[in-house]
Amino acid sequence: MNRTIVFYVILFLAAMVAPVVLYPFLLMELLCFALFASAFNLLLGYAGLLSFGHAAFFGMAAYISSILMRDYGWPIEFGLLASILGSALLGLVFGWIAIRRSGIYFAMITLALAQAVYFLAVQGSGITGGDDGLHGVPRGKFFGLLDLSEPLILYYFVLALFIGAFWLIQRIVHSPFGLILKAVRDNEPRAISLGYDVGRYKLLVFVLSAALAGLAGSLKSIVFQLASLSDVHWHTSGEVILMTLLGGVGTIFGPLVGAGIVVMFKHSLAQGILAESLPIVMGFLFVVCVLVFRRGVVGEAHAFLKSRSSNGIKRDVPPNRRR
Amino acid sequence: MDEIFGFPPQLLFAQIFMGLINGSFYAVLSLGLAIIFGLLRIINFSHGAMYMLGAFSAWFGLQYLGINYWIALVLAPLAVGLFGLLIERTMLRRIRHVDHLYGLLLTFGIALILEGALVQFFGVAGQRYPTPDELQGGINLGFMFLPYYRAWVIIASVVICLVTWLIIERTKIGAYLRAGTENPDMVQAFGINVPLMTSLTYGFGVALSAFAGVLAAPIVSVSPYMGSNLIIVVFAVVVIGGMGSLLGAVITGLALGVIEGLTKVFYSEAAGLVIFMIMIIVLLVRPAGLFGRPE
Repeated sequence: MNRTIVFYVILFLAAMVAPVVLYPFLLMELLCFALFASAFNLLLGYAGLLSFGHAAFFGMAAYISSILMRDYGWPIEFGLLASILGSALLGLVFGWIAIRRSGIYFAMITLALAQAVYFLAVQGSGITGGDDGLHGVPRGKFFGLLDLSEPLILYYFVLALFIGAFWLIQRIVHSPFGLILKAVRDNEPRAISLGYDVGRYKLLVFVLSAALAGLAGSLKSIVFQLASLSDVHWHTSGEVILMTLLGGVGTIFGPLVGAGIVVMFKHSLAQGILAESLPIVMGFLFVVCVLVFRRGVVGEAHAFLKSRSSNGIKRDVPPNRRR
Repeated sequence: MDEIFGFPPQLLFAQIFMGLINGSFYAVLSLGLAIIFGLLRIINFSHGAMYMLGAFSAWFGLQYLGINYWIALVLAPLAVGLFGLLIERTMLRRIRHVDHLYGLLLTFGIALILEGALVQFFGVAGQRYPTPDELQGGINLGFMFLPYYRAWVIIASVVICLVTWLIIERTKIGAYLRAGTENPDMVQAFGINVPLMTSLTYGFGVALSAFAGVLAAPIVSVSPYMGSNLIIVVFAVVVIGGMGSLLGAVITGLALGVIEGLTKVFYSEAAGLVIFMIMIIVLLVRPAGLFGRPE
């Protein structure tokens, strides 16, 4: 337990001094995607539900906060709140429809629903700006005090929200509710026979995941002052799956590591001759992860530590369900 | 008769006809998905990429090797089928015993690689594939103009679907396949080479998709993203039909194409959404799909 606290303190201090070494906007992009992947992992890793449409929540929230803050002059705190509520509501609708099926069908349904949202965003170009997206979203002042146009202040603002959301996810995972989710993931018929209303648990975790993904999308649009069609595109849904898979499905820090790797890849490829080849690299990572690396970086690290010492760090078993 | 529901009949029939063409592609693609799902229990996300690969190899063959349309119609599915066989042998086989969602993720990765590679080589712009000389022109039916090539697409798709269905329902190989779908271990115990059958099934499924790609080449522009836009709609089609019945998949595909075409006439803004809407309604009313069995 002691080691865990030390680990968290080191991580926190590292995050506090990181802007000295690294470009704050890179760090903020990383935090947004890490949050997005963590929200996705809550669904896949702990409830065993593969959503192929999480870009819908991410992008929808980005649109909502951008429109409210830019065109209606809402302050940032209400913009964030509205976008979280909006994506939670969308999550409620998606979840309500999609939990009727499970497994592969669930993935296909969420993908199709997200595609419908993408299609609406393309059609409603009067509102969403179509291919151009919404530019120049003002950041404003948080509660009229913190001037978020200052990169460092913005960074600590994003970091604070990230830590809050991350803490919330932790609490959810370790709560009785989270334990029931894991039971549903590992053996759904058993959970039903124990009297749990499985559908309600699935729906609730879906809504929570959608809301958190919405927070991530909204923050992203505030940091980059941009909401665009690529935020709702299925490529983004694929990206968040890759981050989670790469870092380790069902591990607490996996999505953070995975988001870090993918964001680094994106930035290092963006300049070179391989700029166009990002999808190839992503596809290749997918294939490698699925074939030989299903536990992901953090999952493998846990397994390694556990094999070395039996009293290692407490381990969350990645879902390696068989059928 | 000048108008039907306030629309000129030419427009109405032309859109129904276009819908039937789209429907044929939905039908051939969802048939392939259903066959693959039956034996491998995975949803082949790279199905759209294989369709695109079929169209691209036809285009490439004509452009650089002088292979005409009719030969491409045979060669391209063969080539893509072989490629599929290779993918099954080298990759899909290795994840047979883990959660089937990994199959979806693996084939998603393959689709990204294929699309990305073709963008790299040929760019995102669409390539034009000429209509074969034999099928140039069309006939005026009085109520609409019928281009020969488009009629051929519908006939060829329906015939390939029927032939596939007959093979599976009426031949010995088909019987093995159906048995393998029910209980692969038992079929294996009877001395049938199930792993080989699985490879061939995957190869055949993606070959169907490539066949549809070649058919589509002269109608749509051949571009790296042509498959991924289609495959998501096909997923919705598959959810609506349910994968329990092959004929059901074909009928659902055709019917949804026509409905989409009709929507273009009556309320064109909703045409891109109508299949997703139907999917939602079907899920609410009959979650297992129109032809599906409850899980």
